[in-house]
Amino acid sequence: MSISIKDVERIAKLARLGLSETEKKKYSKELSKILDYFEKLKEVNTGDVEPTAQVTGLFNAFRKDESPREVDPEKIKRIIGQAPEREDNFVKTKPILEK
Amino acid sequence: MKIKDLTIKDAKAGFAKKEFSPEELRKEFLKLIKKENPKLNAYLEVFESPAEPDRTTPHLVGNQQRFPASHGNLRRAKGAGQVFLEGIPCAVKDNILIDGTRSTAGSKILENYISTYDATVIRKLKDAGAVFLGKTNLDEFAMGSSTENSAFGPTKNPHDLTRVAGGSSGGSAAAVAAGLAVFALGSDTGGSIRLPASFCGVVGLKPTYGRVSRRGLMAMASSLDQIGTLTKNVYDAAQVLNVIAGHDKFDSTTAPTEVPDYTGGIDGSIKGLKIGVPKEYFGEGLEDDVENSINKAISKFQNLGAEIIEISLPHSEYALAAYYIIMPCEVSANLARYDGIKYGFSEAGKAENLLDVYLKSRGSGFGGEARRRIMLGTYALSAGYYEAYYKKAQQIRTLLKNDFEEAFKKVDVIAGPTSPTIAFKLGEKADNPLAMYLADIYTVAINLAGVPAISVPCGFIEEEGKNLPVGLQLIGKHFGEAAILRTAYNYEMSNV
Repeated sequence: MSISIKDVERIAKLARLGLSETEKKKYSKELSKILDYFEKLKEVNTGDVEPTAQVTGLFNAFRKDESPREVDPEKIKRIIGQAPEREDNFVKTKPILEK
Repeated sequence: MKIKDLTIKDAKAGFAKKEFSPEELRKEFLKLIKKENPKLNAYLEVFESPAEPDRTTPHLVGNQQRFPASHGNLRRAKGAGQVFLEGIPCAVKDNILIDGTRSTAGSKILENYISTYDATVIRKLKDAGAVFLGKTNLDEFAMGSSTENSAFGPTKNPHDLTRVAGGSSGGSAAAVAAGLAVFALGSDTGGSIRLPASFCGVVGLKPTYGRVSRRGLMAMASSLDQIGTLTKNVYDAAQVLNVIAGHDKFDSTTAPTEVPDYTGGIDGSIKGLKIGVPKEYFGEGLEDDVENSINKAISKFQNLGAEIIEISLPHSEYALAAYYIIMPCEVSANLARYDGIKYGFSEAGKAENLLDVYLKSRGSGFGGEARRRIMLGTYALSAGYYEAYYKKAQQIRTLLKNDFEEAFKKVDVIAGPTSPTIAFKLGEKADNPLAMYLADIYTVAINLAGVPAISVPCGFIEEEGKNLPVGLQLIGKHFGEAAILRTAYNYEMSNV
């Protein structure tokens, strides 16, 4: 299975990864090789086998939708304080919707 | 003061006999680490001061109110009963959060990130009185089998500094092997505790999925990750597991199953124990020397009265491919949060628009292997490819799980090699991702099935004048840690 440079560009954009031209070429080769290895799985007849998403067998592990603790202003400062751009108690980002 | 070989029992005995106090022991370890860490690069950060961030308010552990076991003063936690690991110095893999301290995940993207809460296992260890010496090196975001993918340099194997320590918990394994900690915590998604344990000659335990809380462990692959132990012997692994295991309301994948005392019955006989040896684990790729070591160990089990039964795990050869699809898919989702917006490395200052912030922050902040796996996962989950890759891999996962279930109808534990080779040279596989992935052939199926497994040292192979450890892997059924611990303990004692 071959991954072209165009494929790499599409995937990288989906994954929000900025790549240089050299990197695109390198990943195209490497990913193609890895995907070739996956062809092996075609040897197995999986037919109606149920896919496994998790191995615990647990389901509906719920808890009440309430916060047990009081809001700690110091903690908020420590959390928000690590955002590269912020304003008061808010994390700041570039505009999502542009004119 | 000789501290390199101290086990938990030894340290406790030392405190009881007043040979040294916990604080004296901690300071001795710091001295030793200062001297020996530079050549190993096992620790990324060492905690000079024992004082933890001020936490004088009581907190809840399970349903009991606990007061903080401040390891600075080593006061007995009120109402906590026995303080099992009081004063015992340990190391923690740098993808596990300790409140108020740096956690980098071995990545540039979190180079200056400060944890804002304690992982549940950390809270439990604090309650048990354990002392944290520092954070250990790992492959970036736990992706790798050699710790060469760390943004902060590789960790060297204490047995031969020209070889890798294994990965991704290389720092933790090397720290314990070099005697720079009494025990350490690691994480295992596809072998990341067991493989470095095998390469460094220490005991590495990956519990059943759901046995130990993942809260506070930076997620790599949520259906596969487990926190586990790196220790000098099997008994210590059982002791630490006693402390860290258990249901956690903050991790809904933890089992409500009771935690037994894993040290109870650990020295029971293994006469009549049925040990399965999968024929698929002794095929191509397994180095002859390693195979010999493993066969010797299996003979030992026979001498101890166990029954050796040849079994088949027919879908074994497909485990690696299934793993390297499922894991990157989950990785691509879990690593989406590192976006240069909320924390961590960011190019927000230089970016023109929002997309640019993401592209530049993630493009520069993540290393090669992280980007490779994110892309693999993104591709496999993208429209048009989901059925061919992810769904197929999940179906293989079911078949692998069934293989183990069938096998455990005939045997009690399964034995085989942890790794097809001994520790390889630094740089040897660094340019060939697929060759690196093959180091995991015996470990990944275990994570896919969610069963527990332990790697115990079973001998050495001499190479260029150095003795490199070999690891024996023992696999148990779901929540069957007691059986594999007992088997491993008996094996270990027979070699003393």
